[in-house]
Amino acid sequence: MNGVTKAGVLKTLIYFVLAVVGVVFLAPIFIVLLNSFKGKFYISEEPFALPNDETFSGLENYLSGLEKTGFLSAFGWSLFITVFSVLAIVLFTSMTAWYIVRVKNKFTKALYFIFVFSMIVPFQMVMFTMTKTAGELGLDTPWGIVLIYLGFGAGLAVFMFCGFLKSVPLEVEEAAMIDGCNPIQTFFMVVFPILKPTAITVAILNAMWIWNDYLLPYLLIGSEYKTIPIAVQYLRGGYGSVDMGALMAMLVLSIIPIVVFYLFCQKYIIKGIVAGAVKG
Amino acid sequence: MALKKYFPVFVLPTLLAFIIAFAVPFILGLFLSFTEFTTVVDAQWVGIANYVRAFSNDDFLNALWFTVKFTVVSVITINVIAFALASLLTKGLKGTNLFRTVFFMPNLIGGIVLGYIWQLIINGVLQFFDVTITYDPKYGFWGLVILMNWQLIGYMMVIYIAGIQNIPTDLQDASKVDGANRWQTLRNVTIPLVMPSITICLFLTITNSFKLFDQNLALTAGAPSKQTAMLALDIYNTFYGRIGWEGVGQAKAVIFFVIVAIISFAQLAMTRKREVEQ
Repeated sequence: MNGVTKAGVLKTLIYFVLAVVGVVFLAPIFIVLLNSFKGKFYISEEPFALPNDETFSGLENYLSGLEKTGFLSAFGWSLFITVFSVLAIVLFTSMTAWYIVRVKNKFTKALYFIFVFSMIVPFQMVMFTMTKTAGELGLDTPWGIVLIYLGFGAGLAVFMFCGFLKSVPLEVEEAAMIDGCNPIQTFFMVVFPILKPTAITVAILNAMWIWNDYLLPYLLIGSEYKTIPIAVQYLRGGYGSVDMGALMAMLVLSIIPIVVFYLFCQKYIIKGIVAGAVKG
Repeated sequence: MALKKYFPVFVLPTLLAFIIAFAVPFILGLFLSFTEFTTVVDAQWVGIANYVRAFSNDDFLNALWFTVKFTVVSVITINVIAFALASLLTKGLKGTNLFRTVFFMPNLIGGIVLGYIWQLIINGVLQFFDVTITYDPKYGFWGLVILMNWQLIGYMMVIYIAGIQNIPTDLQDASKVDGANRWQTLRNVTIPLVMPSITICLFLTITNSFKLFDQNLALTAGAPSKQTAMLALDIYNTFYGRIGWEGVGQAKAVIFFVIVAIISFAQLAMTRKREVEQ
């Protein structure tokens, strides 16, 4: 009897701790949401107060924020860059990885080593020279940045695809080749379907990175095209004093797409993150 | 094999992008760190002068020390809390998935947005003491630690959960039967068996903390007077904030790269060593 009560108390205690931590985790987002409906001068004054008759400002912050930052076009560019970069990374690096694993010679070994090496190099190391090189080549456009992301994302993606491909048996591919498939047909009809779980992991890891990336797009295309992080940062940089109302509203609008995406693809995201971490 | 001839299809697109985005800028970056330049083409060889200037630059040394302190504190707090939460969520209680969903969510939010969320909260709290986050570097420091915890705890927790769930339950049961208490089971059974997860999490938190930029820029932007600027932000400021210091900025970037590379190789060596032991 004593044991049962003790277990019960422990269980209640665990739920209590989890609930407190849960509140701590959600509170910041909730507070930003509340403040996005307050007049801009009331936000810094009393950030933890609920909106009341005096401070409530309806959708005013959202409207002024959308106008000031060009948020809708920023959303469009973020989506464009993320979708095409992720597609390019998954497609091209999986092909490269297959080539590296199946054509074993000194050259492909060296290639693999250089790709893996690039994973440990921090962005600041190539920040200035990459921006210059890309600018010289006319790659400071939304399509150009897709190519840059392919180059930057190649290291981790090639590494992950190679890791998986090493455990895939040759027989199926050989059968397809004997049946008259050329390597391109073999890759798309036989190999790529097998790679699907790794492809999802690679896609999720890269989508999270590219969607949230600030510095690379800011340096490369920031003066002409804004992505969401650039638009948010612009609110602070572009004006003498920050419009807190617009800032709160834009924070909320930046979080919403992420939360929606997360709730729909949670299973894949968490699986992908764990798989990516274990291999990376 | 026929595949070899298909090099232009399978490898060339990735390789070209890689050369433009990474290989050329990397080699050029190494070279430029030994030169004085403003536009790359006007580079003049100056030997190790940039490195000397970097190491005698107070902003850089301050950023280095700030980054190291921040990394140590964040790595410890994040991993302890994440591990504790993971062990609470693997006790087979109902509703744990809901908590996992909530704890993990901040990880998906971008650094700039995170920075402004916490700027509001921290300034709101500091208001009771009539100061703001940029009043004293210690506020910026702890602000960044809190932010980093909020962002990474869920991520590390998910990895720890996967690690704990891989432990065969009969091992823990056996240690209970042998009369081990909770603490002994944790120390002698659970922790050794989740060591791979611990290595991964340590590495991820170290590199993520060390390379932090967006959150730093949004939360304090280095204020007051560059005292809360971490290495990545200091390098950025050197490049784009001081004319004539481009070479020093590149030298700082190379030093930054070398430190990150050493951390990465240490991690690799640790993982290899353990794989041999098993």
